[in-house]
Amino acid sequence: MSAPAASLTVTRSARRFALPPALTRLLHNRTATAGALLLAAVALVALLAPVLPLQPPDASHLALRLKPVLTPGHLLGTDQLGRDILSRLLWGTRLSLAVGVFAALMSSLLGSTIGLAAAYRGGLVDAALMRGIDTLMAFPYLLLALAIVAALGPGLFNAMMAIIVVNVPFFARGVRGAALSVVRADFMAAARLCGLSDLRIVFGELLPNVMPGIVIGVSTTVGWMILETAGLSFLGLGAQPPQADLGGMLGEGRNLLQVAPHVATIPGLVILLLAIAINLLGDGLRDALDPKLKAGGTARSRARTDAASGEERRRGLPAPLALARLPLALRGLRTEFRVGRSVYAAVGGVDIAVARGEAVGIVGESGSGKTVTALSVLGLVASPPGRIVGGEILHHGEDLAEVPLRRLQDVRGGRIACVFQDPGTSLNPLIPVGEQVAEVVRRHAGLGRRAAMARAVSLLDAVMIPEPAETARRYPHEMSGGQRQRVGIAMALADDPEIIIADEPTTALDVTTQAKVLRLLNDLRRERGSALLFISHDFGVIASLCDRVHVMYGGRVVESGPVAEVLRHPRHPYTRRLLACVPALGSRTGRVAPIPGLPPSTDALPTGCAFAPRCDRALPACTSGDIALRPVGPDRHARCIRADDE
Amino acid sequence: MGGLILRRLAQVVPVLFGVSVVVFLVINLIPGDPARAILGTFATPATIADVTHQLGLDRPLPVQYLVWVDNLLHGDFGRSYILHKPVIDEIGARLFPTLLLAGTALVLASVVGVPLGILAAVRQDAAADRIVTLAVLVGISTPSFWLGMLLILWFGVRLAWLPVGGMTEMFGGGGPLDIARHLVLPAATLAAVAGAVLVRLTRGAMLEVLRQDYVRTARAKGLSERRVVVRHAFRNAVVGIVPVIGLQAGFVLGGAVYVETVFQWPGIGRMLVSAIGTRDILLVQGGVLVVACAYVLINLLTDLVQAVLDPRIVAS
Repeated sequence: MSAPAASLTVTRSARRFALPPALTRLLHNRTATAGALLLAAVALVALLAPVLPLQPPDASHLALRLKPVLTPGHLLGTDQLGRDILSRLLWGTRLSLAVGVFAALMSSLLGSTIGLAAAYRGGLVDAALMRGIDTLMAFPYLLLALAIVAALGPGLFNAMMAIIVVNVPFFARGVRGAALSVVRADFMAAARLCGLSDLRIVFGELLPNVMPGIVIGVSTTVGWMILETAGLSFLGLGAQPPQADLGGMLGEGRNLLQVAPHVATIPGLVILLLAIAINLLGDGLRDALDPKLKAGGTARSRARTDAASGEERRRGLPAPLALARLPLALRGLRTEFRVGRSVYAAVGGVDIAVARGEAVGIVGESGSGKTVTALSVLGLVASPPGRIVGGEILHHGEDLAEVPLRRLQDVRGGRIACVFQDPGTSLNPLIPVGEQVAEVVRRHAGLGRRAAMARAVSLLDAVMIPEPAETARRYPHEMSGGQRQRVGIAMALADDPEIIIADEPTTALDVTTQAKVLRLLNDLRRERGSALLFISHDFGVIASLCDRVHVMYGGRVVESGPVAEVLRHPRHPYTRRLLACVPALGSRTGRVAPIPGLPPSTDALPTGCAFAPRCDRALPACTSGDIALRPVGPDRHARCIRADDE
Repeated sequence: MGGLILRRLAQVVPVLFGVSVVVFLVINLIPGDPARAILGTFATPATIADVTHQLGLDRPLPVQYLVWVDNLLHGDFGRSYILHKPVIDEIGARLFPTLLLAGTALVLASVVGVPLGILAAVRQDAAADRIVTLAVLVGISTPSFWLGMLLILWFGVRLAWLPVGGMTEMFGGGGPLDIARHLVLPAATLAAVAGAVLVRLTRGAMLEVLRQDYVRTARAKGLSERRVVVRHAFRNAVVGIVPVIGLQAGFVLGGAVYVETVFQWPGIGRMLVSAIGTRDILLVQGGVLVVACAYVLINLLTDLVQAVLDPRIVAS
């Protein structure tokens, strides 16, 4: 019983810490602050209406009818009954605001109750409730409100009821969706096992977890509610004279539009202001509370990764060597992600060279920076938040980080091609696979549509896809994972590239397929003389494919050398531990020894060796200053002060 | 595809059933005596009894419902006691103007809103995006009835370019050009708000799609950014935008009520408002039912369009 109880405590404390960052984000959001201030100003004036020196809103003076704006004593003029518009406006705002907020709260209360009940009870209750909700949603929003007002009769209260009812489905659906994912979570099962009562689970565990969604819902619908209630009043179905909300004032002014336009336009302007303020605040709240939006997740990725200026990137780099003429040479590459105020140094100064026809591996755990290194080559790291802040990416001496976009696009898929990790998401779901391959051929070989398609079919044949002409017309979802990755390889081979960058190309495939696809990739690239930059977390795979290997940890290369040498005699403790994870290669007994602890987060790398906290041979000197990658033998490098120890 | 159409049609049946039940209940759950509510305070007890019987209100609720649906299927929506004519005739005369207005507004909103949404997404955080985002904020915060009045004041009264209303008879002479001139301002009013929502959703859908792995693949192939955006990203975003346009159909059909009132457009919306004022319940019932059914069918249509665009839907 202690384990579930512990997990409950964890979620509780996690929640307690979740709010302050959300509040901070809200305060840092300028638009939200502007909205909140505007709303507060309007609300304050409206609340103070009874104590302000205003004329009574319903006092008519027929002698003073339809006075224009700025009439002495009537700042905003008078209406058709000589009533002071300013006074009516403030009282009307009060009413509209109260009705909107109350309606949103009631609607969220009803909707959330239905949503929670449906999600928690599930089964028939869920089906019945949701069928009812779906039926309400089958109506155009306003028409359902009209039907309800028709049944209840015109009046502000009835109009408000109608607006509440038509907004219930919105909340019910949203809350049910959010609650369902919580209901299925482990700690809910734990809570049930602990014997907590239904009510306690719903209010203690479920509700707090869906609360942010409800708050977002309320804040984004209050504006709607005010607009819609104003609309019903405008139509004469809401507030009845002499009482007037903003919509009612507009409605009365409509008939005087040509004689005295200010009577109708001024209340409309206030509705607009109110709605803008609320929508600004609502958007800000959503940004602050929605976890999906926290990490800049809505940012569009640009055509290429942002890069600092050449001068800035080259600062501190040693003079270029002869290897700069190679097909690919990364020199001191540094790629960062900026998320909020944290900076993740995903790649912290990496040197990797790939010679003609050579197969180079990069191996490391997830988070070691190997994928970002690979993606940086062609500027495919999403920007924002990614940015190449240091180093050079030399392709025959040309720095790909600063060539014009057009030139980079010639290299992409032409001289340097990529095979990505998950063939399920990296193929376009709406385009037949043959066309997706033909697209590369047309782009780089300059062939016409028909010739490109013929070439694509022969490429599909080359990657051993059966019935290539038929398959070319299929969509990715009609194929198996292995088949899709063969398509990915065909795409990469399309223009006989000089280098193929393969980023864990078989991780998403099942084990039997993995071997076949790998062999195919290696055979084809040898046939065509392409070099290979192969990224993997699996030393075994690297060993079977590559000539040289770079071991990455915490965004930096910690050891490099010929694969056979590194396998035989690893010089860095991390490499040693990594090899111990591979049963067939590392130990004769077949025992796997996982590395204790977790790799460091790259926004808080320790001083000195990043592996020191997990290393069983660490010395005080390991963490006192930066440790260089130094030669430890012919063509061997290691970033460890004890690399020479035995 | 044929199978899919049949499946979707089969799904529409329970929805239409649900809609009819809701509309039916609205009249039957009126507090107090529905016949009195329909006839007003000054009706004689005899007429009330008469109407009660005529509406079948003296029978059990399920029986009433079945009789009502049976009548509907025979084109009998009841009689308006205010207008002294069959409800179906009144709706028939007003359905086309409403569909014309809502349809024009929806097309206008899509034609302007979707490209602006793409522009804003592709130029995220640039000046164009900020301007569009600001316009969207104003758009979704604007009461359409107020916007309509401003347009009347400016284009109708001050500039006197366009008629401000008075379109009493759709086919009362004047021809298509006259109809078009009368249509401009109301359709623009209605399209403004719907368009703003579409811009926002298109922008969101595009941003979402632009972060997908297959967009990265398209870039890795060396395709030009234009091709990446149009062929790879937009095509996928459209799949998500089409149902949104369907939902906006519900929005313009509802918003038509305000716009028809402001511009005195002879559609169902204005009919509904005056029918509520005169307690002409059967007319309200018929009008709401017909528009709701139109909305259900429009959504069926957008579902099918989506299936044509996305091969995965037909497969599942």
